[in-house]
Amino acid sequence: MADAPRKPPLRLVARLRRTLGGQAGWAGVVIQILFVAAVVWIGYEIVENARANLQAQRIASGFGFLSNTASFAVSQALIPFSESDTYARVFVVGLLNTLLVSIVGIAIATIIGVAVALGRLSPNWLLARISGGYVELIRNLPLLFQILFWYLAVLATLPNPRQSISLLGSVFLSNRGLVVPNPVPQPSFGVFAVAIAVGIVASLVMRSYARHQLFAKGEKLTIWPFALATLIGLPALAAVMFGAPVKFDMPELKGFNFAGGARVLPEFAALTIALSTYTAAFIAEIVRAGIQSVPKGQMEAGASLGLTRGQTLRQVVIPQAMRVILPPLTNQYLNLTKNSSLAVAIGYPDLFSVFAGTALSQTGQAVEIIALTMGVYLLLSLVTSAIMSFYGWRLNRSLAA
Amino acid sequence: MTEQAAFIRTDLVAPRTAPVKTTGVVGFARERLFNSPLNIMMTVAGAILLWLILVPTVKFLFVDAVWTGSDRNACLEANVGRVVGACWPFVQAKFDQFIYGFYPADQRWRVNLTFVLGALLLLPLLIPRAPAKALNSGLFFIAYPVIGFFLLRGGGLKGFAVHWIADLGSGLALSFQEAGGRLASTATAGAPGQVISFLGRLVGWIGDGLALLAWPLAWLRDYIERFHSPLWADFIATAIIVSLLMFVLTGGVRNGWRALFTSIAIFAGTAVVIAVMGLDRGGLPIVDTRAWGGLLVTLVVSVTGIVASMPVGMALALGRRSTIPLIRVFSIAFIEFWRGVPLITVLFFATYMLPLFLPGNFTVDGLVRVLIGIALFAGAYNAEVIRGGLQAVPRGQPEAASALGLSYWKTTGLIVMPQALRHVIPGLVNSFIALFKDTTLVLIVAIFDLLGQLRASFADPNWATPTTLFTGFAFTGIIYFVFCFGMSRYSLFVERRLNAHKNV
Repeated sequence: MADAPRKPPLRLVARLRRTLGGQAGWAGVVIQILFVAAVVWIGYEIVENARANLQAQRIASGFGFLSNTASFAVSQALIPFSESDTYARVFVVGLLNTLLVSIVGIAIATIIGVAVALGRLSPNWLLARISGGYVELIRNLPLLFQILFWYLAVLATLPNPRQSISLLGSVFLSNRGLVVPNPVPQPSFGVFAVAIAVGIVASLVMRSYARHQLFAKGEKLTIWPFALATLIGLPALAAVMFGAPVKFDMPELKGFNFAGGARVLPEFAALTIALSTYTAAFIAEIVRAGIQSVPKGQMEAGASLGLTRGQTLRQVVIPQAMRVILPPLTNQYLNLTKNSSLAVAIGYPDLFSVFAGTALSQTGQAVEIIALTMGVYLLLSLVTSAIMSFYGWRLNRSLAA
Repeated sequence: MTEQAAFIRTDLVAPRTAPVKTTGVVGFARERLFNSPLNIMMTVAGAILLWLILVPTVKFLFVDAVWTGSDRNACLEANVGRVVGACWPFVQAKFDQFIYGFYPADQRWRVNLTFVLGALLLLPLLIPRAPAKALNSGLFFIAYPVIGFFLLRGGGLKGFAVHWIADLGSGLALSFQEAGGRLASTATAGAPGQVISFLGRLVGWIGDGLALLAWPLAWLRDYIERFHSPLWADFIATAIIVSLLMFVLTGGVRNGWRALFTSIAIFAGTAVVIAVMGLDRGGLPIVDTRAWGGLLVTLVVSVTGIVASMPVGMALALGRRSTIPLIRVFSIAFIEFWRGVPLITVLFFATYMLPLFLPGNFTVDGLVRVLIGIALFAGAYNAEVIRGGLQAVPRGQPEAASALGLSYWKTTGLIVMPQALRHVIPGLVNSFIALFKDTTLVLIVAIFDLLGQLRASFADPNWATPTTLFTGFAFTGIIYFVFCFGMSRYSLFVERRLNAHKNV
């Protein structure tokens, strides 16, 4: 006697089982319930213990402390800051300093990194070896070691202001940091800025028109002289018509220190140098791998179409390499931003050092402060990767077009 | 024949010039250094750069260096009468501090022994041809950390597994009963109150059930306490229970005696270690972790981080690929969180917030807190590396395993994970290099690793000379470089070995 055919399971039940428990089915549901129970239990214990411990230590909780007076000075602030300002303002000052060091560091690291990558790929044996040596040396030493080296060993042993090293008579390098002429905006600065913005927009419009012409009709328009003219000409015109946009406040040696000018803190200099040279070594490897990932045939095909070497590089090789380069490059930018928190070791007033360092030791509110600091870095990470993935998406789209 | 002879030439062909040499030093220089004006320029610039870097470095480290002396006077230009380079007496004087920190001088043999044991276990593990990889890795990843702990910190054992598990079980039962009681007592009148009170009683019952389960073990523990040597009684009880369990679970007589023998051998080995190190008699004198420092701390933190982050990483990687929704979401959130924040905030978190999360009477050593933070942080990074390896395992492999009737855990443990780990050894080594370099950050939470000791040594006025700083950085830099460079070369070697079949 043949077996009676079994009924297929109810569609709804099968689907429910699949959504709730994945491939494990009902067992998956049970595992999830147990898992949530364990997480809830651990969370309960943590909250309960934290409450009891904070009460025993008489530490206030909540974010009310942010409006209290901080009463400590910060050695570098991009916005006006005094000792009577609040912890909230300390937070903003620290965040701006972190952003400053990250942006400057990213810019320098990218330049050095690309240069070293090109050096490593160069047919010149000596240059390739020197670039390789740079990458190996820098990558195999801890970043904190390098920061301390620049700060303690190099910058601190520079001569004092009286014997400072002078470049062009207006830039001075000493153990108090780098002193440069300070640009002071004049009334006409607004017009000047608008002129620059217009120049940039006009160049972008020209570029997109040229691209359109290239793809639509195959005409290659030369736009760089026009772009250069608008980029330089418009601001120059504005400066001529409305007067100089900035006046430079020149530094002068007075007594034992400099008066006037803008001072770059040695802490900032050490941190920027260390962060950018360290990250550059990683960027160099990423760029090299990206360029090497483009098949040699692409270059040869470009040449056989009659494109020049530069054209082939710009229009054929680099766009393809960028696809490989971009994701790890994003990671390196993020790493640099996160690593800027090492500023605490040398006392540069970044977010971590003024907020999780000084403010934490003054208020004792570890939970709130560390949570806020971690949250900011998390947010920075998410925003950076969002921007980079948007760029990657656009790049992919333009390659597909 | 004669016709052909007409084509034989009578005069010699003029000799052609020799082809341009492409081998040897001259050919190499022509080809790679001087083949175009631009290249010549680059070569000259490179040579000048190299000259500007290498000559002063060599001069500083060797030619102008001072090699002997007892304090800063030996390294002052005024006393030496010439330009002074590296001040090596400074390194000699601080050498013990750089390696051991403030570890008591008469106990330093323990540190040396730990280093030697580690090297002896690690070397055969790194050589692909060395036999008995399973035994070796078991010893290195499980036995060595335990032995190292008792060697470095000292102290003895009061109880063994029965003791610990009984304590843990009754503690768990008690906390369930407490939570249930509290939940039931918060209940108010009305329907929601009744639900809450029922839930509370339910939790309480679970606690009661756990207590009932833990009761035999607790009884055994109390019985063992009355022996002359509770540790050994506990040890023997554990050995018997575990060995019998192994025997039964692996199929008893049917599947042979192998599991039983393995279990007994492991326990015998443990017994030998306990006896030799005198753990039943209080063990070695305790050296507090605050006295540890230098390279010792650097190695302890990095090795513990490496060993502890592996299981964390594997669990997270599996969780991220799991089809069970909540587990996957939790793993993704966990990984993204730890990867999105700087390590230093993790260290601050571990140092300042972890104590708040633990019960008030429960204190954790500063070094252990940092180790927990580093293990979680490195675990999240390893998880992503391992996930890459898991994705590289062809789908046919787990499918074949399930066709053979293997369970999820057997498929993962025996088929998928070994292949995945083999794929990602280079990636893992890279993340270990990063971890090794990141251990320097512990100096910010006042734990004096190698870099921390270096920094502390600069404060010594006995050695304050203009070149002390550079000498110290050169010495520690060489140590860090040797470790990291060695690891990266090893990873390249493994990569080449794993890819050997592709290039043939």
